[in-house]
Amino acid sequence: MNKTDVLIIGAGPTGLFCAHQLGIIGLQCEIVDNLDKAGGQCIELYPDKPIYDIPAIPECTGEELTNNLLKQIKPFNFNFHLNQRVEEIKKVKDRWQVKTSGNKQFDVSSIVIAGGVGSFEPRKFPVNECKKFEENSLFYSVKDKSIFKDKTISIFGGGDSALDWAIELSNNSKVNLIHRRDGFSGAEVSVQKVKELNNQGKINLYTKYQLNSVLGEDKINSVKIKHDDGEIKEIKSDYVLGFFGLIMQLGPILDWGLNIDKKKIEVNTENFETNIDGIFAIGDICSYPGKLKLILSGFHEGALAARGCFKYAKPDEKLRFEFTTTSKAAQERLGVKND
Amino acid sequence: MPKITYKTQDDKTHIIDVQNGLTVMEGAIQNGIPGIDADCGGGMSCATCHVYVNEEWLDKLPAKEDGEEDMLDMAFEPKKNSRLSCQLIVSDILDGLVVNIPSKQG
Repeated sequence: MNKTDVLIIGAGPTGLFCAHQLGIIGLQCEIVDNLDKAGGQCIELYPDKPIYDIPAIPECTGEELTNNLLKQIKPFNFNFHLNQRVEEIKKVKDRWQVKTSGNKQFDVSSIVIAGGVGSFEPRKFPVNECKKFEENSLFYSVKDKSIFKDKTISIFGGGDSALDWAIELSNNSKVNLIHRRDGFSGAEVSVQKVKELNNQGKINLYTKYQLNSVLGEDKINSVKIKHDDGEIKEIKSDYVLGFFGLIMQLGPILDWGLNIDKKKIEVNTENFETNIDGIFAIGDICSYPGKLKLILSGFHEGALAARGCFKYAKPDEKLRFEFTTTSKAAQERLGVKND
Repeated sequence: MPKITYKTQDDKTHIIDVQNGLTVMEGAIQNGIPGIDADCGGGMSCATCHVYVNEEWLDKLPAKEDGEEDMLDMAFEPKKNSRLSCQLIVSDILDGLVVNIPSKQG
């Protein structure tokens, strides 16, 4: 059990800056994120695309912004718990006990939800019986490619992940690549490579087909795919891989008793606390009259939520307003050396 | 004002007056039509405002940009008449458009 002041859910720019603000006022926090790295939408959706509306930074990429925010909170040495999402929260006396999908447990005085539009999860096949084979012979990501050696793999999708894995796995496996249209969204060089491998008989390419059904008992034996014109083909498959990108899901947050409207958590604008005492929501996930979905608004919300957390973490102390320029305490926390 | 018809999965038909210049997605969101999520807010980067356009309207709509077709690869059960409603800007030409909202957005 990790006992600390605050748990931040979401390591996007808003969550990271909130951590900075907590550190400045002398609180400790731990940060959980479902992705394998910090940065949230900035890293997952647009790492290389420029952002032009961060105050005093005329232009930076999502990745640069993330790296600078990480640098800014480095002095505090906060822990990150990646690749997991928060599953359960429970109020015990005046504290919160939190459990993640990675079996980490936290005991905190308040929670800040900076979850963006939810956690990123793979988009799945619309076909019902796929669920039964998930993580057994049907996957939405590759964790251990050795299991595919000398097997027949049917890969669905037309983006970079589908193309890259089709090329990679064709070295040691029989690969079928199935896509809903002739065009691909992946890199042109990969598209050419796939077509070349198709001509050499190393990849079987099926375009204008989509998954119709999966067949098998304990594991998948074959899949049926359906052409745009209605024709159905059955192809042998030991494994199925689906690469349809990521979708953002609110997930367990929906069950915590928060006031949620249109996938957004309602908050007050004084300290961004939700309808539940000790739970705050900031960034894209919160809603209030006048809400603007900009990173800079998330920074403001995080600064105020951090101060809102103070009264739960240190109920007997009074928080004094200070500037980092002149506050000795803040500078000490930042590790600034003063002569 | 052009009338846009949204057919939802519960077999309900919503006929909405949508202002010229708004998108078919915005017409749905502003009027609380269920089944359109529009997570990214109209940036053609999430495929959660996916609709099926009635066949007779397919040729009358502006053609898809490449980016839209790429995003439709990610949509839940894409078909030939799939469009992203954030890319359909309402004008008098679209008066009477009928769109069907899929059972899920992802």
